Amino acid sequence: MMIINFIGISLIVLIIWWFWLYKPNNVVATSTDVLIEVKEGVYSPASLQVTANHPITLSFLRKDPSPCSETLLIPSLDISEQLTLNKVTKIHLQNIPPGEHVFHCQMQMYKGVITAVE
Amino acid sequence: MSKAQTEQQLIIEGAGCASCVGKIEAALQNTPGVNSAEMNFADRTVLVSGTANSQDLVKAIESAGYNAKPFNDSSHTDSLDEKEAADWAYYKKLMRDTIIALSLGVPLMIYGIAIGEMTVATNTERLAWLIVGLLTLAVMFFSGKHFYIGAWKSFKNHSANMDTLIALGTGTAWVYSMLVVFIPDAIPLMARHVYFEATAMIIGLINLGLALELKARGKTSEAIKRLIGLQAKTATVVRDNKDVQINIDQVLLNDIIKVRPGEKIPVDGEVIEGHTSIDESMLTGEPMPVEKSEKDDVTAGTLNKSGMILFKATRVGKDTALAQIIAMVKRAQNSKPPIGRLADVISAYFVPVVMIISIVSALAWLNFGPEPTLAFAIVSATTVLIIACPCALGLATPMSVMVGVGKAAEAGVLIRNGEALQTASKITAMILDKTGTITEGSPKVTDVILANESDEKTILQLAASLESGSEHPLAQAIVESAMEQEIELLKIDAFNAITGYGVEATCNGKSLLFGNSKLMKMKEIELSDFTTKAQALAKEAKTPMYFAVDGQLAAIIAVADPMKSDSLCAIKRLQANGIRVIMLTGDNKETASAIAKKAQITEFFADVLPEDKANKVRELQQQGEIVGMTGDGINDAPALALADVGFAIGTGTDVAIESADITLMRGSLHGLADAIAVSKATLRNIKQNLFGAFIYNVAGIPVAAGILYPFFGLLLSPVIAGAAMAFSSLTVVTNANRLRLFKAQDH
Repeated sequence: MMIINFIGISLIVLIIWWFWLYKPNNVVATSTDVLIEVKEGVYSPASLQVTANHPITLSFLRKDPSPCSETLLIPSLDISEQLTLNKVTKIHLQNIPPGEHVFHCQMQMYKGVITAVE
Repeated sequence: MSKAQTEQQLIIEGAGCASCVGKIEAALQNTPGVNSAEMNFADRTVLVSGTANSQDLVKAIESAGYNAKPFNDSSHTDSLDEKEAADWAYYKKLMRDTIIALSLGVPLMIYGIAIGEMTVATNTERLAWLIVGLLTLAVMFFSGKHFYIGAWKSFKNHSANMDTLIALGTGTAWVYSMLVVFIPDAIPLMARHVYFEATAMIIGLINLGLALELKARGKTSEAIKRLIGLQAKTATVVRDNKDVQINIDQVLLNDIIKVRPGEKIPVDGEVIEGHTSIDESMLTGEPMPVEKSEKDDVTAGTLNKSGMILFKATRVGKDTALAQIIAMVKRAQNSKPPIGRLADVISAYFVPVVMIISIVSALAWLNFGPEPTLAFAIVSATTVLIIACPCALGLATPMSVMVGVGKAAEAGVLIRNGEALQTASKITAMILDKTGTITEGSPKVTDVILANESDEKTILQLAASLESGSEHPLAQAIVESAMEQEIELLKIDAFNAITGYGVEATCNGKSLLFGNSKLMKMKEIELSDFTTKAQALAKEAKTPMYFAVDGQLAAIIAVADPMKSDSLCAIKRLQANGIRVIMLTGDNKETASAIAKKAQITEFFADVLPEDKANKVRELQQQGEIVGMTGDGINDAPALALADVGFAIGTGTDVAIESADITLMRGSLHGLADAIAVSKATLRNIKQNLFGAFIYNVAGIPVAAGILYPFFGLLLSPVIAGAAMAFSSLTVVTNANRLRLFKAQDH
């Protein structure tokens, strides 16, 4: 039982580390138009690094038919868009303030983050 | 007359290299009327500002060797059709997945109930269960593949969602069952139970739940579909004296458009020929058709009822009022009121927390549970994973907001965002501006009382000439009165508007003053017994104004603005809701009192300067009231901004959409009462949903973990958990759909 308990507690620690403490590497935007795929329950890339206070276009290509993936919200930038299936929806962002801007679906099951650095 | 400056966007075809940019921009800049042209090569679009016609721009680009067409974002209808087709295809897929999964799950469950134990004791049973296990694997592959792929992709992204829970729950049940089949000796005898039926049933039920939810979700967006459906698909454009039927997205600015009776107005414009009545009820909620003739504006999506008209397109594509309304409603439908923020915070941590509870539950059973502890641990861990439903929490607020905002839009009430929706439901005091809100806002001259021997026509000529420089509605009434009597207006000089007092100017060497008693006092004009006459007029709800020529009082001109026919009924609705109704007006006390009496408003403030309206809002807020302010959105901007909720009341489709938290498209105050009623109904619905979703998870997860077992010997089956989870989201969506029954009041 000691071993089983140890495995169980280790799993809990791993969950906490993997989902909450681990900071994934950002994909650095190299152009002013970044393609983000919405497919199979996730945004790809989900972590994007951009230059703050510079315009950038996020092109969301929704390939996921689930209705959950239809709405895209970026609350800190007051953006809400409907993503059409199998089409690119362009979101033009002007002068993104420095910091983290989370984007997600209505239920927050799909999640991503834009990190704007100066 | 100079043409208005506009910005137009065109889509360029055939521009293959960056050097094309210069050619296209140069071609456009050489076109008469173009101020600037900037091409976005990435988008293959060009933004042109100036007065040039779209047709000329297209020709200029074509002459440079490229093709171009106006960029009109009017493809709403197409995308709606595409969305419906995509949803239908996904629904069919989910139903097919459901049937496949339940075809295996249901017989297995019936077998389990009829025969009893689903255990592995003999080699024959092992072989039989191995075949069932492989069939279950096939179900997992064909019907549940999306859960496993989604879970894996989320995991790699360091996030977890509903797929994670389903994949872990069903995966655990299947892996454990296969271990029982392959290495039964490694598992205690009492725990040699297989759970293939749970895996197949859960996949089937959750797919069924998703399919039904998809159907129910379709109904939540009916309002926006109706708005999008208002858009005409084609327009009849007069080009080179010929009627040409073209697609709506090809209509250019300044095109001349012909609309016959029974046809929809395709884009916004100004009537240049003909007379008709137009049904605007689909946008404003106003049931009476509106008469339109030359120089009147017409709005896309409204219906031409009686005559044929020609009009000039002034706004096309995404610039039409209808397109802006659609965009605003869509934006508002996706915004969240503050009440939903707690659910958002919980949703963000929910899935990993449930995974931890599942492990804790399994460990508790293994350490402290009765035999077979392993079987109990597997059942409880699986059930916890399956019963937890982050979707119900996540859907609780947005689904209600979507239906509520949509229903409000149908009633001609445009709600800016979720926060405005929530605050509107809590309003305790409502300030109403008198002119244009309680009254019609189009005053008429009723009395001209002369103070000297001048004749009435001369006085009206001077007064109207002076007031022609003012935009105040009372001034317009005097100008209109002069026009009706065909009095020619004179040239005025040194015009000066003194806010809150009146206006002054000179005309043919005479100094003219027009305004209230405060202005006369300020300019030391002797009023003598004319103040009594003015008071008598004011008691009849007329607004008396003083007119002085060369420092002497010349006349009192009274103007009356009648109360809207349904204002009293709407104000009673607000009062019946326990809302304190307060009227503000720049008019004198007598006029204000007369209107307040008619409208049955006991609290009113007269002689209020525009800047004082904001102070009144602040005073009420300091008294602890949650204040709504209703005005025309132009003169009342500071007060509207300061109020907890600002309501801009429009007339017809000519609304200041950007100016307030809530825009009332129709002039009736019933729109205000409807806005508050729909806000209250939506908030009530959100609370029901949130309560249901919280209680479901807070009660369901401990029960699934086996908290009731020590007391009642009750442990939930994973199949029941799967059914509960699948239908919890559906319940939330169905409850939100009840809001569709909300009806606006017409009278």
